[in-house]
Amino acid sequence: MTAKLTWARVLLYATLIVVAAIYLMPIYMTVITALKDPADINLDTAWQLPSHLNWGSFSQAYAKLGPNIVNSIILAVTATLLSSLLGSLNGYVFSKWSFRGNDLVFTLLLFGMFIPYQIILIPLFQTLRAMHLYGGLPGLILAHVVYGLPITTLIFRNFYAQIPSSLTESAQIDGAGFFKLYLRVIFPLSIPGFVVTFIWQFTQIWNEFLWGITLTKYNANPITVGLAQLAGGQAVSWNLPMAGSIIAAIPVLIIYILMGRYFIRGLLAGSVKG
Amino acid sequence: MHLTRDRIIAFAVLLPSLILIAVFVYGFIGQTVYISFTDWGRGAALALHPQMNLIGFDNYKELFTSFLHGRFRQDLINAFFYTMSLVLGSLSLGLFLAILLDREPRGEGIFRTIFLYPMSLSFVVTGTIWRWLLAPGGGINVLPTFVGLPAGHFRWTSSRGQILTFDWQSIPEITAIVVALVLLFLTIRTWRTGKHKRAFAVAVPALILVLWALFGGRMVPQMLPIPEKHGFNLATIGVSLAAIWQFSGYTMALYLAGLRGIPVGLHEAARLDGANDIQYYMRVAFPILKPITLSAVIILAHISLKMFALIFAMAGPDNASTGHPAVLMYLTTFRGNKFALGASIAVILFLLVALFIIPYLVSSYREQRRRAS
Repeated sequence: MTAKLTWARVLLYATLIVVAAIYLMPIYMTVITALKDPADINLDTAWQLPSHLNWGSFSQAYAKLGPNIVNSIILAVTATLLSSLLGSLNGYVFSKWSFRGNDLVFTLLLFGMFIPYQIILIPLFQTLRAMHLYGGLPGLILAHVVYGLPITTLIFRNFYAQIPSSLTESAQIDGAGFFKLYLRVIFPLSIPGFVVTFIWQFTQIWNEFLWGITLTKYNANPITVGLAQLAGGQAVSWNLPMAGSIIAAIPVLIIYILMGRYFIRGLLAGSVKG
Repeated sequence: MHLTRDRIIAFAVLLPSLILIAVFVYGFIGQTVYISFTDWGRGAALALHPQMNLIGFDNYKELFTSFLHGRFRQDLINAFFYTMSLVLGSLSLGLFLAILLDREPRGEGIFRTIFLYPMSLSFVVTGTIWRWLLAPGGGINVLPTFVGLPAGHFRWTSSRGQILTFDWQSIPEITAIVVALVLLFLTIRTWRTGKHKRAFAVAVPALILVLWALFGGRMVPQMLPIPEKHGFNLATIGVSLAAIWQFSGYTMALYLAGLRGIPVGLHEAARLDGANDIQYYMRVAFPILKPITLSAVIILAHISLKMFALIFAMAGPDNASTGHPAVLMYLTTFRGNKFALGASIAVILFLLVALFIIPYLVSSYREQRRRAS
């Protein structure tokens, strides 16, 4: 398409800029509110830049959310690694060692990705309690690993399907067995697949709230629960929840801005038919 | 043989995951269904082995007919409106943005990043931010003053207003009319294609439904002792706005991928045939995008039915006007300790989601089989 400056072109840019401004508006409000003194936050000046910068809200919010952040990091890193590794092995089996009823089993597995988690919440609560895992991080990690299996398996299955079978077959003729084939041929080619699942799982687990609030006790609360409590209290001044929101959003925003391409791939993997 | 041994190893590697999914997904769903038929939640509900008696469908009956559970029925209506607004809002906005970006403006990457970043945020973060934006003294209500208008006074999530009110008792009649309208639409379309006989076959049930709704509806026994008003809660608008802000970028990404997938030759051919841009999109692009729309509707509908965290963070779980069955399930189970009743709400929610998901998975399964053979 030619980039001549016509009226249509001007209209296109004007529309895009207006819409982009609307999309950025919540972030603008969040940042300026977080930087204001509590006393300066009022209706008339809500949209104005702060008269002077007050960074205190961030240290105050961090003091409250610090333990939650540590919990979320432990939770997200462990569960992401475990579910990605299992997903990689499963995807390898589904794409290179297909068995009878392959597709049916895979579809039944995928179903686990789409259920509203309320439907398994009560038995999950009972089971974790019976296993003495209720209330702490290990139980939450277990839940995230298990219910992460469908998406990670899906991403890796689709990814490995693109590896030409001539490559795996020649390795098999050379005598490579199941694990040797995985370690020598498949795993070294998996880096992009791992990047997609790492980003997807980390973001999902970091952002998860329902299990955080129902399955953990105070000490093990993840960041989302901490933020909800920080913002939900009575008579809060808005600078604190806004600073807390920024702290909670920063890790995933950085990942998104640096690795947006892979993030979109994970996004599309969850919706485009496998 | 070597290969068979490897096949056994392969299956053994997969087996633990399959067992976990069998137990944690299918076993747990079965368990929740079972719990919904019990009376768990009386007395010492939190005991490790609580007392449970099977009571059949009583919990469901109570949810739909007891006057104590009016909130559940309003929550169902809310869930319907949440779904409609999220699906329609995100689809139209996403398509609009995708068409704009399909024209390859400069800085396309930056615009795409801006439209998509809300998708990476947690529902709790989105909820907290929008709670401030929509607070009565917050940002959005002040906006009109910038162009000289008086400030807005809409109370957003704390609004108590309700429009499109109807009596819960008339749900069977309303359903009949809606189904009849859909059938009527199909009749007209079939008639136009020239299949008059088939159009007639569709028109007859539509007519019967209308007649039944107008005259026969009163034969249905009353579900509730007194009329109960429900409708579209204005408080849900704010939550829907935040959800659309978060997910329209996602539909944009889907549509943009679809538009970019259309071979350039097709666009050229359409232009050579004298089609302008509008005709190109209407006649060439949109039909190609249909399967994408279908996946997006399914994904968005199932997201909106799970919209627990957003409502929790934005309006608070106790706000009845913005209620949703997913939130009510949490309150009933984990605050009220009425586990059986909570399980029943979860089952209803699950059935609603399954309505969208199962046909989607079945069609995707069939497609795989076709590709494999």
